[in-house]
Amino acid sequence: MADLTAGPEKTPKQGNAADAVRASLTRRNRKQKLLQGLGLGAIGFAFLMLFILVASLVSSGYQAFTQTKITLEVYVDPEEIKPEKLPRGGFKDVLQASLSELLPEVDTSDRATRKALAGILSNGAQFDLRDRVVADPSLIGQTITLTVPVSDPYDQLNKGTIDRDTPEQNRRLKDHEIAWFDQLKAKGVISKPLNTGLITNADSRFPELAGLKGALIGSFWALFVCFAISFPLGIGAAIYLEEFAPRNKISDFIEVNINNLAAVPSVVFGLLALAVFIGWFGLPRSAPFVGGLTLALMTMPTIIIATRAALKAVPPSIREAALGIGASKHQVVFGHVLPLAMPGILTGTIIGLAQALGETAPLLLIGMNAFITSAPDGPFDSATALPTQIFIWADSPERGFVSRTSAAILVLLGFLVTMNAIAIYLRNKFERSW
Amino acid sequence: MTTIKLTASVLAITAIAASAASARDAIRIVGSSTVFPYTQAVAEQFANNTGAPSPIVESTGTGGGMKIFCEGIGENTADITGASRAMKASEYELCQKNGVTDISEALIGFDGLSVAVSRANDFDWDLTLGEIYMALGAQVPVDGEWKDNPYKMWNEIREDLPAVEILAYGPPPTSGTRDAFVELAMHAGCEELDFVKDGGFDGDWVEENCSRMRTDGPFVEAGENDNLIVQRLEADPNAVGIFGYSFLYENLDKLKPVKIEGVEPNADTIADKSYPVSRPLYFYVKNAHRGVIPNLDEFLEEYMSDDALAADGYLAERGLVALSDERREELQDAILNGQNMEPKS
Repeated sequence: MADLTAGPEKTPKQGNAADAVRASLTRRNRKQKLLQGLGLGAIGFAFLMLFILVASLVSSGYQAFTQTKITLEVYVDPEEIKPEKLPRGGFKDVLQASLSELLPEVDTSDRATRKALAGILSNGAQFDLRDRVVADPSLIGQTITLTVPVSDPYDQLNKGTIDRDTPEQNRRLKDHEIAWFDQLKAKGVISKPLNTGLITNADSRFPELAGLKGALIGSFWALFVCFAISFPLGIGAAIYLEEFAPRNKISDFIEVNINNLAAVPSVVFGLLALAVFIGWFGLPRSAPFVGGLTLALMTMPTIIIATRAALKAVPPSIREAALGIGASKHQVVFGHVLPLAMPGILTGTIIGLAQALGETAPLLLIGMNAFITSAPDGPFDSATALPTQIFIWADSPERGFVSRTSAAILVLLGFLVTMNAIAIYLRNKFERSW
Repeated sequence: MTTIKLTASVLAITAIAASAASARDAIRIVGSSTVFPYTQAVAEQFANNTGAPSPIVESTGTGGGMKIFCEGIGENTADITGASRAMKASEYELCQKNGVTDISEALIGFDGLSVAVSRANDFDWDLTLGEIYMALGAQVPVDGEWKDNPYKMWNEIREDLPAVEILAYGPPPTSGTRDAFVELAMHAGCEELDFVKDGGFDGDWVEENCSRMRTDGPFVEAGENDNLIVQRLEADPNAVGIFGYSFLYENLDKLKPVKIEGVEPNADTIADKSYPVSRPLYFYVKNAHRGVIPNLDEFLEEYMSDDALAADGYLAERGLVALSDERREELQDAILNGQNMEPKS
């Protein structure tokens, strides 16, 4: 650019043209270096931020991928648990008795100590035991080995996030409770296996029991509905606009509006869904189906734009060749153009769905941030989605949820990276160049 | 392609048919984010104990919850709403207008609002409500005149406070915690000031002039997420934070409470009201839904049980400050018998 504008002024002094070029050369080189440097700097900055993000997530989240558990020899006392009364019974007392056996010197005559001792076990332990006994009532009267999670404060202690040096009155766990735990640890009944509960449990108010199952299934249904609606509609709209629609003011107007729609903030779609799908159609609140409909509204413009770009990239010669041998327009589109454009369309769709997976605002508005302790059975059952589950956990006071929030973000990022990787793979595998 | 389209439309049609036909089997609960953790606890306990479908608990804020609750009666409406303040007369009217006439009110306990600093802060903080107002109110009396708050340092508020800049992280205006803080701390603190006492201003004047937090920097709205405030306090030992007592309780190893009028917040001081910044927590239930929505009665039984509500119950473990035994028994009677609340006007 610089030499072009400089040209006309320099022409009168012909003898000095070479000098002028030489003089400007260093300046231009410097500018180029500067531009390169800035570009590199920008990339470096972006990488640094990404690194900080991932590093902070991993450093606070890795704790949640393991869970402290305790292995107990439980004598299923027929005095406490009677077969005719199942599923009710003194499961808590039975568990506590087996804990007392491990810690024989603890005096359990007063209520407060008994309660503190029972506090080592997660609240879910009694239900684990109950489920096993209900499934097989012949266990009553026998001694079974049970591995159950410990409660959150002890989990945090085992993971080192509770500092033993803080003064006793400022700690969730008192000195004698820490001593109990150390004794149990010395007996070798404490283990720290991989926390499969993070994926296989639904939400819970106890961090040690809380998992992502409900959110994963909810997200799956929402994305499935979103795909089932936005993919065929998006492709249909794109084919019509690209292959059949006449070029006039109306189609221009539609095109501009689709581009605008793609840029509408997602919260607006949430409000629309709240008013139309829930208020007007009377669909249930918090249902993944409604979430999917809302996300479909958001994803459709992305799919339309990607599909039109992919259709445009198919060379006209293909169409002309097909038309030339007598194919109808319909045959040309479905027999030749669409299959060739498919990799591009799929890439756009997957990227659109990945965007929809991470979308939070519209789901909050339609109530997909509810607390539900069971996973949904279908798209009409109330559920959460991954991003809204992160939202709920981030707002919970218990210490264990801090690491679980980060872990859930890592799971979400994992899904996003996988989806994008599939998109790239499809593009590279099926892409054709002419 | 056509098969996909066909599936999609079949899906959509079954969807609408299914939603119209299927009866609701889970209880729906909306309402305050402060009551949310307690209702959450009861819901989980209830689902575990009975094997019934787990209730759907949504945190919508007190006002938002009232709006959903008062929409009407029927399967598509919520059964219970939680509230961190009593139902307002306007909300009661809205309910009546939409046919929600039989409502039971349950005062389940109290929640303290705590002001806290990092453990790294050495000073022994003890503020009066008047001092809190002078530090955080948008307008304060300066030399006998009502002016924009000029104070930037704590030692300008009271001489023996540390000479550090005032920096407080607190909830945004959309939060029930903020409403409660303004009402319980700011209004009360404003009324304590000599200027207001001597000037003979009434409650309306206080509400009009003392409700705004300052916006010139020392008060920072930290978002709805109280955990975020806890993290900020750890990073800056000179900052104070304002949040619900349960967050202080969970983080006592990192944070220490600021005494208010010489009283430290804990379960005892909040229950006997000697700690001044505490508020009642309620839930409201539609009596017309009882016996119609499956499991609603059983759920209320669980909520009203001593296991949950008593001073050593599991709600107290989560930070709820329990009612006295006498009041609890009264409440259990009222709710289990489906007694309607007094009309509000």
